[in-house]
Amino acid sequence: MPINYYIFLSVALFCIGVTGVLTRRNAIIIFMCVELMLNSVNLLLVAFSKMHHLALIGKHADAGTNAQIFVFFIMVVAAAEVSVGLAIIVMMYRNTHSVDVNFLNRLKH
Amino acid sequence: MNALIISAVWGIVMMFSGIFTKNKSTVRSIAIAGILILIVANSLDLQGGYHINIDTKNQLDFGTFGLLFNSIAFICTLIYFLLSGKDIENVGVNVAEYFALIFFVLCGVSIATSFNTLLMLFLGIEIISIPLYILTGSNKRNLKSTEASLKYFLMGAFSTGIMLLGIAFLYGASTTGTFFIEEIGIGKSSLSPLFIVGLLLLLISMSFKVSAAPFHFWTPDVYDGAPTVFTSFMATIVKSALFIAFIRLFHNSFGEIQPKWQIFVAIIIAATLFIGNLTAVFQQSVKRMLAYSSIAQAGFMLFAILTINPVAQDGILLYATAYSLATIGIFAILVKMKDRSFEGFNGLAKHHPVLAATNTIFLLSLSGIPLTAGFFAKYYMLMAALKMGQFLWLVVFAVLCAAVSIYYYFRVIQAMYFKDGEPQELQVSSSFKILLIIVAAIIILLGIFPQLLLDKMNILYM
Repeated sequence: MPINYYIFLSVALFCIGVTGVLTRRNAIIIFMCVELMLNSVNLLLVAFSKMHHLALIGKHADAGTNAQIFVFFIMVVAAAEVSVGLAIIVMMYRNTHSVDVNFLNRLKH
Repeated sequence: MNALIISAVWGIVMMFSGIFTKNKSTVRSIAIAGILILIVANSLDLQGGYHINIDTKNQLDFGTFGLLFNSIAFICTLIYFLLSGKDIENVGVNVAEYFALIFFVLCGVSIATSFNTLLMLFLGIEIISIPLYILTGSNKRNLKSTEASLKYFLMGAFSTGIMLLGIAFLYGASTTGTFFIEEIGIGKSSLSPLFIVGLLLLLISMSFKVSAAPFHFWTPDVYDGAPTVFTSFMATIVKSALFIAFIRLFHNSFGEIQPKWQIFVAIIIAATLFIGNLTAVFQQSVKRMLAYSSIAQAGFMLFAILTINPVAQDGILLYATAYSLATIGIFAILVKMKDRSFEGFNGLAKHHPVLAATNTIFLLSLSGIPLTAGFFAKYYMLMAALKMGQFLWLVVFAVLCAAVSIYYYFRVIQAMYFKDGEPQELQVSSSFKILLIIVAAIIILLGIFPQLLLDKMNILYM
C-alpha cells in the first residue's frame, strides 16, 4: 500500500484528537483525545519504519527499525502521563465534584 | 554522563530518605549534598572524565555548551535550595518527594541539553515535564493549584502530541530513516512538504514548551496557581533548559536552511515581546506580573534561536544565568510576603532594608539596567541580531519593549521605597539575608565583568 494512505489516516486521527482537545469540556475526554493524538503518531511512525525498511533493506538489515523502538518509548511515556494525569483528575474531582474544565476559572481573575 | 546518572540515582535516594527520616531539615541537607555532588560530577564531565558511562549508541552527545549550561543550572538549583528550601517544607507533608521530583527534573535537564537524536529530545522534555505536573499540583487542598496542574498537564500533553507528529514527519522525510539531529536536515536543498510541516510542528511545540506567544496562554495561569516555590523553579531553570534544547535542535538540524524559517521565529519573537510586556503592565498581583515578565524575557531569549551564531550562544548562557539568579531571588522574597499584590510591598524598605535593596537589584537586572547582569544579557542578544544584518526592525522593537518593561518592574521598587505601609512580620533569618546579598553581588559582578563568565566558556571551547 502506498505510504500516502497511512499519512492520511494518521493525520485524520490526529486532527480528530486535536478537535476533541479544543472543543470538549470533560477532562477525561480531553485526556482520551490526547491519547488518540499520541497513538496516531505511533501508527505513522510504524508505517514510516516499514517504508524505510523496504527502501534500505539492501544496505543494512536493521534499516528503519529505530522508529519501532521510538513507538515503545512513546507508549512508556504515555503510560507515565496517564498515571500522573488520572491522579490530577481524581484530585480535581475531590475538590470540585466534577471533571468539567469549565469549572476551572478561578485563575482568570 | 556522570551528572545525568547521579541526578537520577539521587532522586531515588531522596525518595528513600523520606521513609527513613521524618526530620525535614535532614531531608533538606541530603538534597543540598546531592546538588553539591552533581556540581562536582558535572565539572568532571566538563574536563572529560567520564567515570560513569553507558553506551547510548551516540544518542547522547555531551558537548561543552550543554555541560556549561548544566553547571549553570545546577548552581542555580543550589542557590534555589539554599534560599527556598525551607519554604518547600511548608508546601505539604511529602517533603522528600518534592526534592526527589526536582532531582528527576534535573536528570531531564541533562538529557535535554545533550541529546543527539529526536528520541532523546522527546524523552528529555517528558522527563522534565512529568515531575513538574506533580509539583504544580502539590498543594492538594488548594483548588488553584489543582487547576493549574490540570491545565499544565493537558497543555503539556497536547504540545507533546504536536511535537511527536513533527518528529514522525521529519523521520518520514529523511532519506536514510534516521532520528539523528545532524542528519535530519541533510540533503534538503529542495524541501519536501513533509519536511516543512514537520519543521513547523516542531517549532510550534517548542514554542509551547518555552511559552512563546501565541502559544503562551497556559503560562500565567500555571505560574500563578502553582505553589510559589515551585513557580520559581519552573520559571527559571526549567525554562532556560528548554531554551537550550530548542537552540540545540534548531542549530544542529535546521541550521543550514535557516533563512527559510527565520521569518516565523521573528514573528513569534515580536508577538512574545509585545504580548508579554503589554499584559504585564496591567497585572495587580506581583506573582502574575512575574509570570508575564517571564514570557517577555522568553522573547529576548528567542533571539538566540533567530540568530544562530557564537555571540548568541554566549549570550544565551549569560541570559540564562542573569535571568535565573534574579528571578529566583525575587521569588524567594515573594514567598516570604503575606500579601502578593503590589500593595504588599508598600514600605518594605523601612522595615526590611536588606530585602528591599536586594529585590531592587534583582528587578533592575530583569529590566536590563546597566551595571547589572541583565543589561549585558540583553546586549549580547541584540548584538547577535545586529551582526546578522537583517531584522533591524525587530531589534528596535525589542528595545522599545524593554523600555515598557521598566514600568512594571519599577512599580515594585516604587512601592517598596516611596509608599508607606504596615510593618510586616516576616520570618527572615540572617543566613537568608546574607545569601540574598551574595546573589545580588554576583549579579552586579556579572554586570560589570561579564567576561568572568564568558571567558571561562571561551577557554573551555578551545
